[in-house]
Order: sequence, then C-alpha cells, then structure tokens
Amino acid sequence: MTGTHTELLGAVAIGGGWLAIGVLGLLRSHSTGWVGRALFPFGSLLGIALAAVGIIALAHGVETLILPIGLPELPFHLRLDALSAVFLVLLGATAAGVSIFAAGYFRPGEGTAPGLLGLQYHVFLASMLFVVLADDALSFMMAWESMALSSYFLVTSQHRLPEIRKAGYLYLLIAHLGAAAIVLSFGVMQGGSWQFTFEALRAAQLTPAWASMVFFLALFGFGAKAGIVPLHVWLPEAHPAAPSPVSALMSGVMLEIAVYGLLRVNLDLLQVQVWWWGLVTLGLGLLTALYGVLFAAVQTDMKRLLAYSSIENIGIIFIGLGLTLIFRSFHMPAFAALALAATLYHCLNHAFAKSLLFLGTGSVLHATGERNLGRLGGLIHRMPWVAWLALVGTLAIAGIPPFNGFVSEWLLLQSFLFTPFIPREFVNMLLPLGASGLTLAAALAAYLMVKFYGIVFLGQPREAKLAQSHDCGRLERLGLLWLASACVLLGIFPAQTLALIGQVGEELLGATTAPPLWHGLLFAPISPERAAYSPALFLLGIAVFVGLTMLIVRIAYHGRIRRAAPWVCGGFPLTPRMQDTSEGFSQPIRQIFEPFFRMRRELPSPFDAAPHYRVQIEDRIWHWLYVPVVVSVQWIARAAGMIQRGRISTYLLYSFVTLLVLLIWVL
Amino acid sequence: MASLPLELINTCAALLLLLSFAMLSQRRVLTQVDLYAAQGLVLSVSIFITAWSTHQLHLYFSCGLTLLLKVLVLPLILRRLIHRLDANWETETLLNMPSVLLIGLLLVMFAFVLAQPISELATTLTHGTLGIALAVVMLAFLMMITRRKAVSQVVGFLAMENGLLFAAASTTYGMPMAVELGVGLDVLVGMIILGIFLFHIREQFESLDLSHLESLKED
Repeated sequence: MTGTHTELLGAVAIGGGWLAIGVLGLLRSHSTGWVGRALFPFGSLLGIALAAVGIIALAHGVETLILPIGLPELPFHLRLDALSAVFLVLLGATAAGVSIFAAGYFRPGEGTAPGLLGLQYHVFLASMLFVVLADDALSFMMAWESMALSSYFLVTSQHRLPEIRKAGYLYLLIAHLGAAAIVLSFGVMQGGSWQFTFEALRAAQLTPAWASMVFFLALFGFGAKAGIVPLHVWLPEAHPAAPSPVSALMSGVMLEIAVYGLLRVNLDLLQVQVWWWGLVTLGLGLLTALYGVLFAAVQTDMKRLLAYSSIENIGIIFIGLGLTLIFRSFHMPAFAALALAATLYHCLNHAFAKSLLFLGTGSVLHATGERNLGRLGGLIHRMPWVAWLALVGTLAIAGIPPFNGFVSEWLLLQSFLFTPFIPREFVNMLLPLGASGLTLAAALAAYLMVKFYGIVFLGQPREAKLAQSHDCGRLERLGLLWLASACVLLGIFPAQTLALIGQVGEELLGATTAPPLWHGLLFAPISPERAAYSPALFLLGIAVFVGLTMLIVRIAYHGRIRRAAPWVCGGFPLTPRMQDTSEGFSQPIRQIFEPFFRMRRELPSPFDAAPHYRVQIEDRIWHWLYVPVVVSVQWIARAAGMIQRGRISTYLLYSFVTLLVLLIWVL
Repeated sequence: MASLPLELINTCAALLLLLSFAMLSQRRVLTQVDLYAAQGLVLSVSIFITAWSTHQLHLYFSCGLTLLLKVLVLPLILRRLIHRLDANWETETLLNMPSVLLIGLLLVMFAFVLAQPISELATTLTHGTLGIALAVVMLAFLMMITRRKAVSQVVGFLAMENGLLFAAASTTYGMPMAVELGVGLDVLVGMIILGIFLFHIREQFESLDLSHLESLKED
C-alpha cells in the first residue's frame, strides 16, 4: 500500500468529470452542436487521460481510498490494483475513440434529446469506471446497477418503436436476474461475518460447497451480463437496437466489465479453489464461442451479425478464464499466468476491434439507411475511410497476423498446449480437444468476417441508392482511426503489452510470462525453445511479399481492365444480381451445422415467374429454455386468475376461510 | 367477587349474540341499522358495568365513546345515507335464510371451542364472554359475505368492530385509551369513505347491487 493516491484520485476525478459533462449537456439539451461538438470531445479527452492513468497505475502498486459517502457503517471503498488498471485502460482507450466518433455521429431529431442521451452516455461511462474501482460489495452493486440502467435507457433511445422497447425489456429482465445472482453471491461470500468490504470477503472462510455456490452464482450473474449461452438471448436484440456508439460501448466495454467481475471474484476474492470450476467455465466458453460464431454466420443484419460475433468472443474469453482457473487449481502458476494474459489480451482486442466495427456499421447506417446485408455492397468506392479502417477491425477479429486478434488466440492455443501436463487423468486427455474447438471457432470467425466485409464493402452496390452514399465526417474518422491504430499497435507490440498485462498475473497468481527477447522484437511467453512470435518480422515479411507480388503483376500485366463474367465469355457486363449474396455465402454453414438452427425455408416452385426464396432462422435455445418459462408463467397466471371472480362476496369468503383455517390451525 | 355484575355482563353478552343473529336474518336495511344501534347500546352498558365493578377510569371513557359513536352518530349517518340513496329495500341474500342461520350456529360453536383455551388464560372477571365476542365477529363476517347490497356490508363491517371491542373489553378490560380512540376515529373515517363509495357505486351502476361490480373484471 503506497502513501500517495495520485492515480486513484485521478481516476475518480475523471469519473466525476464524465458525470459533470453529462449534467452540463442538460443545459441546452436540444442542441446537437453543444452536446455533440462541444461536450463529447471533452469526454473523449478524459478517456485518453483515463487510459494514461491506467498505464501509470500498472507500473505502481495497489492504492486504496475510502470515500466519505455511502452507508454509515460501509462508506465507499475504492481500490486500484493491476487488474483494475488493465480494465481502466480498456475503458478509457475505447471510450476515447467512441466518444470522439459520437461527437460527429449524433444527428438532430433522432429519438431521445441529445442532452439526455449525453447524460445517459456519460453516466454509463462513469458507472463502468466505478465498477472497476469498487472495493466493497455495496458500491460495486450500485455502480453495476447504474451501469445496467443507464445502458437500458441508451438501448431504448428510439423508444417509439415497439421492437426496441421489447429488446430493452428483455435486456433489463436478464440484467436484473444477473444482478440478483451477484448480490446473492456476495451474500454467500461473506461467510457469516456480515462484512461487505472486499477486504473482508477475501478473509472469509468458506467450505468448498459454499464456495462452489458462490462460483455458480457469480458465473450466472456475470455470465448473464457477458452473454454466455444460454443467457445470451438479450444480446442480439439489444445491440442492434442501440445507436451505434452505444452498441460499440456495450459490446466493446460492458461485456468485458462483466468478465472483470468474474475475474475479480474468482482470482481475487474467493480463496478456495475447486478444480472443476475451470472445466465448467471452459465448457461454457467453448459452447458460447461455437454457438455465437455459427449464428453470426447466418445473420443478414450487419449489427446482429456483430452482436453474435461478440458472443463468440466472450466465449473465447471464457475459455481463457477456464484455463486460468484449471491451471491455478493444480498449482501451475506460470501456465495460469499465460492463460490469464491471453484472456486479458483478448478482452483488450475485442474492446478495440469490436467497437471499431460497430462504429463502422454506424457510419454505413447513416450513409445508406440500410442494415440489411442484402442491400449493401461496393461501399469501398463510396466510403474509403470507413472501409479501410473497418478492414483493420475485420482482420483483427478474424485473428489474422500481424493484427492483435492473432496474438491473443495464439497465446490461448499456446496455453492449451500445456494442458497435457495437468496431473489428473481424463482432464489432461480431454482438454486438448478444447483447443480444436477453439480453432474451429477462430476459423469460422474468419469466414464470418470475410462475409461481413465482402458483402458490405466489396463487389458492386446492390441498390441504386448506394451510389449517393458518402464517407463519414472528420470527427468520426478520428474515432475510427484511434481504434484502428490501437488494434495495430496491440498487434505489433505484443511483448510490450504483455509486460504491462503481466502485472496482473504477478499480483494475483504470483507468476508472470517470460520477458521479451531481442529488444522486444521477438516474444516467447514461456521459452523461445517452445514457441516464439515476432510480429515485426512477420509484418516485414508480409510487406515484402505483397510488394513483390504487386510489382510482378504490374510488370507482367498489360493494365487494360474489362469487367466481364467468365461464363459469358467476356460478353455481358456483371450486374449486382450476379454477386454472391449474404444468404448464399452462409449457405454451406447452414447446411453443415443444420442441427444447431431452427430453420423455416420457403423454396420457390420451378415454374414461378417471380421466384422468392425465404429462410428464417431461429435460436433453438429460445424455444428450449425461454418459451417453456414464458408458457408456464402464463399458465400460472391463468390459474391464479381463476380465483379472481370479481365478486366481493367471494373475496370476503376467501378472507373468512383463511381466518377460519388459521384459527383451526392454532387451536 | 360480586356475582351481580358478572350476571349482568353475561346477560349483555347473550343479548349481543341474539342481536347479531337478528341482524343476520333481518332483511330490511333500516331495521338492520336499528339493530346495530341496539347492539352498540348493549355494548356500552356492558362496558359500563365492567367499569363500575372494576373501578377502571378509562373504561368509562370507552363506554361514553361507544355510546356517542355507535348509538348516536353512526346510525344517524347510516339512516341519512339510506334515505338519500333510497336504499331501504328488502335485501336478498345469496343463500337462503335457514342455511345462513345454520352456518351461523356452527360458527358460534366453533367460536366457543376456540375461545376455551384463551379464556382460561385470561384473569379478568368477564373472561367467559370471549367466545360470544368471537362469535359476534364471525357472524358479522358471515353477514358481509351473504349480502348482495353494499349498505348491508357496511353495517356488517361496523358490527364486526363491535365484536372486536367486546372481545377487548371482556378479556383485558379494554384496550389502551389511545388505541380505542384511534379505532373509534378509524370507524368514523371508514364510514365516511364507504359512504362516498356507495354514492360512486350508485352513480356508476345506477344500483347498489354489488354483483354489477363483476363487470369490472377483465377477462
């Protein structure tokens, strides 16, 4: 514990600053110019400052602070350690990009007044900040709930549309279920001391059975927010409903904050370790990753596609978390640190890349008014800025080197390679199979990203009106550029990033990954004999290869271009209808993984003059898990309605009979 | 131990029970109100005797309050209400009268069985009358259940409060003064509110028959 609180105070001040910006927006709440152009850039600067605070805090020790507000016996405790600091960087850096984009994004006359939207947005940011800093259960839950509520209002900013209200309701419902589970898990965790500071929770003595209860409650609560299967149903509804900067924050930051909560509980607060917890987490993660990516592949709405892809990435993060827990419970701290580093790295990657893509879809939506993939296409000519920057995010999500997505997936696969050393039979044989599941999910993610990028930006425009679409404004470009460069930097300097993230492992697990070699150019997390990766060399190699290819093509090719389809022997020009459609592209996935989906298809008859093809894909889990719940609730309500006769005599009779029964009972 | 006051109180209790049965079987609303006033009178007499024989000062207040409220004010309000609502019709019961009376009889037996162990615990002079007090409460409840018209239910509600007061007076020599005042005020206020409701019900359905309220239920 250090004497100074500089970084922690700085972070608190930034949270206060965000709240102040939100309140200031109310002064002229209908002026897009005031709220958007004047206030949001300030919020963005605060985000950069927060990222800087986080990086500085990583180098220093733990800081704690007790605020003079809160309950009489439980004032707000704040604490800034390495784990919090990593998530502060994540929050600050992402918020900086999203805020500056949002400054240019909001247009007058869309749903909620801009001032109110600004207030909700900045309250959302500040509450995520305080979730990360909270050091007692009460302030954690307060920040957590205010995060849920402010994001609910942001999701329903277009509340006049019934489907958006429905999406918001579903989100709020699952958020509440999750919050209840988290409260319960804190309640069990205190273990009879009735002290709710995290300090006391760390000291509590729990039996393995009660600790497992805590684990499952926390997994349910945080998992509901993170969107693991089968609690993911709100995610593909809520993310497309929100305005794009909000989707970016929810997907890029809020889901990771839920992961933070789980990390905090499992690695820091709970002292008991049970080895099969990690298996459960890992299994759920694998299921979530595969489920998310398969559903993402068959979506036709670009924001829904990204939302399902978020589910997939959360699955990958959970796989990493599961591995960390398994290694830790078998006392293999070095491997646990590697898996933890991979988990955190993937959190950062997903935050930057997914926000970037969501913002990109926001620009496309504003330029074209279209979310349906089947009506987009060829936008790289009309919107070069958005297209090229989105390409960075696409490659990052797809896990293509030298971008950041590759680093975390590579690290995760590396840590899978150590699972055969686990001293327990069956586990050490089964776990490597998980690696193949992860690889499958990663490969399908790449396929998915080809679909997303290819259908939206490449080819020819599928609609005439797309010719009028124009590129995004300067502020929006700045936001996209910021996030894209974060993706590139994380991809090229993994060794340096790992040195910072390694602090978390040092603090929580007592071990860290190996230092980089060759002045940071080559990085080998365990030892260079096993595996090493040098993104700089890789980049160089790619650059040389691509440059040479271009040169050769330039020299060898005569340069005259005529567009003609191969099967018309150079005769007719290509029309947009000849391109692969989004449905067509994902058709193999639909066929191969058919049991996963609930499909309804309408095929045209061969003699139909105007043939139409319709396919509707639904989530089986919705029908297996949620529909029975809804049906039984309605059945109970109807049964309870039977006693509601509407006659006063009957109601009086009920009270009388109750009275008599109670009297007989005491007799 | 003076046996005369005890005998007198037992007589009062018997009268109360008789009046309750009379109310249960009475069809005319105005007569019901008269019976209610008579019940209040008997109640205040019994409280007076208790106060006189035990020398409890606050029971005199309680007696005066009962006399004022239940014999004079509330019956007056009810009579005016009935005249203004023109509600002095023969009320029809949901069950036929003999069955209601039979059920009432069973309830009285139940009340006595129930009161047996409690009244043995009580140390007061009048502990034997607790069974009757409970029976009065239950009969009033039964009256509320079996009547269709709103005014009868108001009377039933008030009669139930009589039974409660009698129970309190017989087992513990009355409740603390503050509680008793509070209950008295509650009854008055409740009466006024119910009166307003009656007007609204009539305005809405042009009748005081509560079966019309069934149409309010959503399906």
